[in-house]
Amino acid sequence: MPPPFPQHLLANHLVGFLGSALLLSSFAMLAQRRMTSLVRIFALQGILLTLSTLAVAILSSESHLLFSALFTLAFKVVLLPAILFRLLDKLHIQGEVESLVNVPSTMVLGLGIVVFSFTLAAPISELASTVSKGLIGVGLASLLLSFLMMITRRKALTQVLGFLGMENALFFSAINATYGMPMVVELGVAFDVLVGTFVFGIFFFQIRETFESLDLKHMDTTSME
Amino acid sequence: MILLAIVLCPLTGALLLGAIGHRRGAAHLNVLISFLTFGISLLLVRQVFTTGPVTGGAEQLFSDGFSAIFVVITGGVGATTSLFSLRYMAIEKAHGHLTPERTRLYLALYQVFVLTMLVVLVSNNLGLLWVSLEGATLATVLLVAWTRTPASVKAAWKYFILCGVGIALALFGTILLYFASEKTLGPGGTALLWTHLDSVKSSLEPTVIGLAFIFFIVGYGTKVGLVPLHSWLPDAHAEGPTPISAVLSGLLLNVALYAILRVKVLADASLHNALTSHLLMGFGLVSVLLASLSMWKRQDIKRLFAYSSIEHMGLATFAFGLGGPVGAFAGLLHMTAHSLIKSAIFFVVGHVVQTSGSQKIPDIRNIADRTPDLARALTVGGLAITGLPPFAIFASEFLILSAAVSRAPWTLPPLLLALLVTFGVIFRRIQEMTGGFDFPVPRPLHQPILTFFPIWIHFGLALFIGLFFPETVGRLYHQALLSVGLTHGQ
Repeated sequence: MPPPFPQHLLANHLVGFLGSALLLSSFAMLAQRRMTSLVRIFALQGILLTLSTLAVAILSSESHLLFSALFTLAFKVVLLPAILFRLLDKLHIQGEVESLVNVPSTMVLGLGIVVFSFTLAAPISELASTVSKGLIGVGLASLLLSFLMMITRRKALTQVLGFLGMENALFFSAINATYGMPMVVELGVAFDVLVGTFVFGIFFFQIRETFESLDLKHMDTTSME
Repeated sequence: MILLAIVLCPLTGALLLGAIGHRRGAAHLNVLISFLTFGISLLLVRQVFTTGPVTGGAEQLFSDGFSAIFVVITGGVGATTSLFSLRYMAIEKAHGHLTPERTRLYLALYQVFVLTMLVVLVSNNLGLLWVSLEGATLATVLLVAWTRTPASVKAAWKYFILCGVGIALALFGTILLYFASEKTLGPGGTALLWTHLDSVKSSLEPTVIGLAFIFFIVGYGTKVGLVPLHSWLPDAHAEGPTPISAVLSGLLLNVALYAILRVKVLADASLHNALTSHLLMGFGLVSVLLASLSMWKRQDIKRLFAYSSIEHMGLATFAFGLGGPVGAFAGLLHMTAHSLIKSAIFFVVGHVVQTSGSQKIPDIRNIADRTPDLARALTVGGLAITGLPPFAIFASEFLILSAAVSRAPWTLPPLLLALLVTFGVIFRRIQEMTGGFDFPVPRPLHQPILTFFPIWIHFGLALFIGLFFPETVGRLYHQALLSVGLTHGQ
């Protein structure tokens, strides 16, 4: 353990704070109904991810994490939200609102997920040697919360945001468990996410062209035998 | 060098076809590139089995006997499928279903798909393996939606979302694996390299590796089509163009199972218990049972054979779960035989659907009178896939059952039941389609030789393997399984 210098103490608190903010943002996505706000929360999640990577980088003096933070800023705060906002604009669905049923029970389920994740992550946290090892549970919880969002929502765009939220959670877990994956893997993952986002974009147009709506309930009525 | 070549060949093909895929003759170029890739894969397997494992590309690429076998299968089926798709697409074009732009998209993505599968197989870095398996999903998702019918768009979306979620869980598994290996191998690039992991596998932290394996089997298992994560598979197979159904079934499922088996080797050495074997046996058995029962009510010919793919991948998974020299050998043989036979069946089914104008079984009648050649091929395919002697699947299923008798006798009744049900259902359906109503048929339509070339090559190989399993091939298979460490059971 490094001696608890004041700035370390501050950074330690900051890392914890940013982690909990990230968890909160996952809950916010789970409950948010407006498309534009969802993309905004996603961008905010990107900012939180950048800051927390930065804080871990300073605390652990792992210099390659600075690069990761910069990359996250460019990719998840600027590029992806820009693409998503452009999509919203092109599809004219900025103001669209998704009707949600059972928000309270989804939230309770979400709380259960958080407890479960922390239990599952506890033995791993004990083995970890990173400065932010307590946050591995947060990563797993966000992963499963995004997963929950994907299965409870019926709009194509929300499912995509759930997917991107999962990727954020995975990145966060990697940072806190091992100070990030090897650079070549991280770049590869980012490349996949970028291509995936473009494919999603193409899909939105195909879905709307075919079903005249981006609501997947129209898709459900297509019989497949 | 050879590893770089096998990656660069389809990559060049993808770029080239992306640029000129709409021109005349592009489909022939696709065939040429695919056969070139196949040729390189044969060179690779020769090198691996004469001089040992190959490493290349700054340690990022690697191939041992185990992956070389899959590289050859992928190269070979990729090549024959390109030949089938030449004919298939010519007929689609004649029906007016094609524009030059969509042909270009199809051809370029076909090469990208082959590329991503080959990268999975020759990647030394388990992180890059993940990246290119996800790449394979992205490449095929647009191909599944390629016909743009509502059902195909829906199938592709389902495929995208389910496999996206699955593969995200596998990435968490990869993170856990890195977490465990970093402690012994140190941070940085080498901690995810197979060659390094293999040498320290017994000292990896068992709690973390056990958890990682669960994430891996759920994640990659989604792609293998293991029940209950299989629901994307029948839709994607049924709604995509038939050449894509053939490569999805014959190749992609194999490649995903290959990824699980690599991780299983690491997990077994670290855990010293039967967790991985039990998980594979459980998932495998449930898949075999549920798939065979689901086939009962299927009214769509492509969907029927998609469920049969779930069944056979379940059998292979089960065989690797049984483990031991016989179980692992049977599993590998089963994957080979299934690749050959199932892709050929999809070639036949593609032409049957094109000549009948429907893929609903009740609408397909009188194949034997209309197109006798296709009826023959379909019957042979049915014999081969249901595991009748002397085809290769008979040999592998026999070995799987005999391994089950000695290692887990209680699994025998459900397995036999499932095999019997599949046999009954497939034969009944084939009989319904080849026979039919008594109305006069104008005159039997004969297909050109080229149509049957890839089909009979596959069935012929499956027959050859089943009849006289060549000793050299048997030795190579044993050597491959031994070197990767899959023969130690339980």
